[in-house]
This record gives sequence, C-alpha cells and structure tokens, in this order.
Amino acid sequence: MGGPDMAPHTPQRSVRPGEAAAHLDPVLRVSDLQTHFFSFGGTRVIKAVDRVSFTLHEGQTLGLVGESGSGKTTTCLSIVGLLPRGARIVGGSVLFEGEDLTRKSQHELRRIRGRRIAVILQDPMASLNPLFTIFRQVAEPAFFHQQLRGRSLRERVHHLLRAVRIPSPEWRMREYPHQMSGGMRQRIVGAIALAGGPRVVIADEPTTNLDVTIQAQYLDLLKDIQRETGVALIFVTHNLGIVAKMCDRVAVMYAGKIVEQAPVRELFDDPKHPYTRALLGAVPKLGSKEPLYSIAGQPPNLANLPAGCSFHPRCPEAVPRCMTEEPGDFSLGGGRVARCWLVEGQREAGAHSGRTRS
Amino acid sequence: MAEPVLEIRGLKKHFPVRRGLLGRGRRWVKAVDGVDFAIQPGETLGLIGESGCGKTTTSKLILLQETPTAGAIAFEGRDIAGFEGTELMAYRRAVQVVFQDPFSSLSPRMRVRDIIAEPLEIHTDLSRAAIGERVAEVLDLVGLQPDVAPLFPHEFSGGQRQRIAIARALATNTRLIVLDEPVSALDVSVRAQIINQLEHLQRTLGVSYLFIGHDLATVAHISHRIAVMYLGKIVESADSDSLCARPMHPYTKALFAAALPSHPDDPPQERTVAGEVPSALSLPSGCRFHPRCPAAMPVCSEVEPTLQPRGGGGMVACHLYG
Repeated sequence: MGGPDMAPHTPQRSVRPGEAAAHLDPVLRVSDLQTHFFSFGGTRVIKAVDRVSFTLHEGQTLGLVGESGSGKTTTCLSIVGLLPRGARIVGGSVLFEGEDLTRKSQHELRRIRGRRIAVILQDPMASLNPLFTIFRQVAEPAFFHQQLRGRSLRERVHHLLRAVRIPSPEWRMREYPHQMSGGMRQRIVGAIALAGGPRVVIADEPTTNLDVTIQAQYLDLLKDIQRETGVALIFVTHNLGIVAKMCDRVAVMYAGKIVEQAPVRELFDDPKHPYTRALLGAVPKLGSKEPLYSIAGQPPNLANLPAGCSFHPRCPEAVPRCMTEEPGDFSLGGGRVARCWLVEGQREAGAHSGRTRS
Repeated sequence: MAEPVLEIRGLKKHFPVRRGLLGRGRRWVKAVDGVDFAIQPGETLGLIGESGCGKTTTSKLILLQETPTAGAIAFEGRDIAGFEGTELMAYRRAVQVVFQDPFSSLSPRMRVRDIIAEPLEIHTDLSRAAIGERVAEVLDLVGLQPDVAPLFPHEFSGGQRQRIAIARALATNTRLIVLDEPVSALDVSVRAQIINQLEHLQRTLGVSYLFIGHDLATVAHISHRIAVMYLGKIVESADSDSLCARPMHPYTKALFAAALPSHPDDPPQERTVAGEVPSALSLPSGCRFHPRCPAAMPVCSEVEPTLQPRGGGGMVACHLYG
C-alpha cells in the first residue's frame, strides 16, 4: 500500500462522484465473515459475527442496522482489524481493493486504516485527545501517511476543516476539543476521517449523542461529502429514520447474523423477515397515534442462543421448523436476501439461486 | 375541565456563575426563564427541546430537587412552596420520576422488592405482608412476574430495568410521573414495549405524565399536548395533533425539518436550521431564536415575543404571528 498518493488535496475525487456503480467491482466485499470472542481460556465461544456477507460500491451507503449486541460494531471492527483482545476472526474474508484485510498484519493495516478506510465512532470525545490541539489531531493522518509538513500541512488542515463546515478554521484549529460543542467535535472527527482521502468511511452511530437539529446538519454534511468525493459509507445505527434518510442498501443484523439485506426502498415497502417487520413497526411515526407494534422479549444473549433460528422465541410467525433448524440465506432476487424459513417458497420468484449456505 | 394535577406559573430558575475572585461581575444561567403549563389528570404533556433548553431543570423544580428563583408550582390547586410535614410527604408520594438510564437509577445493591418497597416504607404504614402484596401488584402492572422480586437489577436487561423503575414510580398511588427521556437508552423493539406499557398504565390508572424527550416522533406519539422549549422558554405549545399538523414557530418547524423520515421516499426536508444552540450564559437579545431563525425580522432582535394564542388552539411566541 505504499502508493504514490501524495497529492496535496483530499478528499480524493472519484471519476463518477456519487454514482453507485453496481456493475463495477465493489470497493469492499465481506464474505462469510466470522468473528468469535473467546473467554475462559477458549472454553467459551461467543459468535459475535456469524457468516456475515455484504458488498459495498463506490459512492454507496450501506446501513448496518440492529439492536445492541447484534454484532454490528464487531463487524466493523473486524473489517479494520481493531478487534479487542479475546476476539478473533475465525473465517471469511474482507476484500478491500482486491486485497484480503483479514490476512494482513497489524503493521500493514496501519497503512490502510485512517487513510483508505476511516472510522467515525459514536462519542467524539473518545476519538479526540483532550491534550492536543485540533490542528495536531486533524494533521496527524496527513503527517503520517502523506508526509506533509509545514505550510502544505497547514493548508491541508484548513481545507479539511472547511470541508466539514467548521467556521473560522484558522482560529478553531488552535483550540482544544473541550472548547467545542458536541456537533463541532463530531465534525472534527469527520475531518480526521477524511484526512487520508479514504474510499470507505465506517460511521458507527456517529449522531447518537447529538441533538436533533445538529444531527440533521451532520447527516446532510456526510451526504454532501459523499457526493463530492464518492466515498463509500457504512452506517452503523439502530435508528431506521437515519437509514431511510442516508442509505442505499440495508443489512439488518440480529444475534450476529444478517437476517435480511435489501435495497432501502424494498426493505421499507416490503420487509421479508419478521424481525425487520417488527423493527419497522416499533418506530413511532409522526402524526400517528396507533399503538406501536411491539415484539415480546429481549434481544438474545449471544452466549446462550436459542436452537434453530435465533429469532424464533420472539417471532410471532414461527413455525415448528424454526425451533430446530437454522434457516440459510435465501436469495430473493433484486439484491434481496432473507434468512427465514417463511421466504423459502418465495425465493424462485426473482432469482435462480437457492439456499446458498446454512 | 377538571382541576389540573400540576400547574406551573412563571417558573424561573437562574443559576449563578461565579466569575473573578470575589464573585464580582456575577452572571446567571437562565436555565428556566418564565415557564407556564398545566397537566390535567390522566393527561400526558410532552416537553421537547434540545440539550440545554431547560427541560431537565424544569423537572427538577417539580421534583423539589431545586428551588425556583421565581414563579409557583401548584399541585391540585395548592402552591407547593408552602408544603411542610405531611403535606410535603403527600406531594412527594404523588409525584414520582423515571430517569433515562435504568442502569444508574436502580441501586445495584438492592433487590427488586426492596427497590419498589422503599417508597412504601417511607410513605405508608403498611405491614410487611401488605408491602409484599403491593410490590407483586405493581410488578404485575408493568408486565413483570412477581417472582423477580428477590433478584438484583444486574440480572435484568435495560427494558426490564426500566419496567422496575416504572413499578417503583407507581407504587405509592402516584398522580404524576415525570418521565425524563425514559426510552432514549433502550433498544428499538424494547422502546415500543415500554411506550405501549406506559400508555396502557395511563388508561387503566389515570396517572398523568410529564414526558420529556428530544425525539419528536416519540413525544408526539405518547403526548396529548406538547410544549416546545428553547433556551429556558416555551416557544410553542398545542395539542399534539394540531402541532404536528401545523407547527407555527420557526423553531418547531426546524425540529420537524430535522426529524428523520419514516420512509426513504418521504420528501426531503429542505429547511434544516443552521447553527447551534447559543450558550445560556449570553442569551441573544429579543427573541432567543433569532440568530438561527430563517424568518427573522429586525424586530426579533429587539423585542422578545410573548406567548399568544395560535390558530387551531395552543400558544406561540413569535413575531410572525403577532
């Protein structure tokens, strides 16, 4: 990855900004990814990510939706090789620009992370160092990856801060994180993420701590940046409103697995998996006083998953088969996949491919 | 209309901020700066606003955790400032609270039955057996099995803990529960359970809620009436349906514009408000919203608008409708 990418201007501009080019090779292809947590000397295994597959194209936004403990964050950390101790990728691959990231050493990953793939986390104060100025923190990727120094480094930081709409950047970059509001801090983190001119940005609940009007500003900003640079986004969230606003494709995760994957409109219009239906029905809609659709129970404990389909104890449509046999991915055509026995009969409707794995 | 459970008139809370050595040049954070509202029996009032707008301070004033700088709170027609002894106890018994984070609002060292029994031990002279019965009764009300009583909070998920917190709030025949963002920390599917449960409890028990939140759709769903707060003041209030159908104050409109779509094909909202909430230390002159307001006029920076009746019921404080 020692490419000659020393151009002073980031974010990197693509040939087709913002165009989701499905016929081209994807920027990122995650196949059958399995990440397990090992505890008690490896005697206890938790399958945090269980055979997760998806692809991401340039300029596209994938929403990774799920409740806490569904494995969405672990999926993202597996992609960038930042798994905590005790967690290991035990199968599958993460193809990024044709290379399998799961086979790379930490040393090699360091040259990719923060440069070709960037991460924005939920809490900006956890990403920013309170002891360093904004300049130092935004400059770090360009200093480290592009070896920029002096005036060109300053100009780069200035440019990045303007790109994330920080007012009076020359003054703000001398300040410290505590002097900024939550929304501004999160935009600083966005500037750091863009500093290397990434092709993929993974945003893990970036607006959960922000006020609604600030959240709207931040989401609009991310969309603008995506239009300008063609960066591909993975948006991790539990908020289906954000998915409706931001995403092209959605993958719904439950208990470590993707239970349904579809283009965003199809998912909202015609959810195939009962869990997706439950999630959509559980969200209050403006102007509606209808009782919310609620499913009983809690998301399951990954250490103690039910047999068969992990969702069956909460599923209002479960049939006896769901309790014993785990459904595989049923491909429904049009880029739709659902992991539910109920759609088994529908699979030939759009595609020839049947049950791909289980 | 019946007598309101709680009525607030001209409520203010100003916090001093010390500057300089001898407290000279003292400034004030006007966290709550002249708020009026009333909550009827069996009604839910939604209080919505962004961080720093004073909604939590308002709830603390109601819960007697802060004393007001000015204004009055009346409970069933009587000013609570004069409450002492048994009257004060009766008020504390009748007004309860459920907080946002059920992981910090329940003592990890107490069993569920002791958590729920504590207000009963303080406020009633029920026998141990009667308390046990009441605990089982309220656990049943919130949809938990009575056999969870001997367990500790760590044995429960977030949604179940929030149910325990609601059970505790209900234990003393409560009239009003202050719900301070009670579902913000919960997962989506669990959120729906709790909201439905709260609505069910209100229908069966006739308890009133003050529902504090920042998510417009959730607040609009559960509330009969909504008051929108901005920097310590209510800028608009109306019943929930007419507020959703026709928001009038530019800030309310901005909140609606910032609300997330419920479907990808919902028309994109154009007018996202610019800027951030200013510091409560240096409030803008005139209307507090004017620096961010897309419809600001010269008068807005000079004269502070007062709440006026708005078309379709409710009140709005904006020069556009003066």
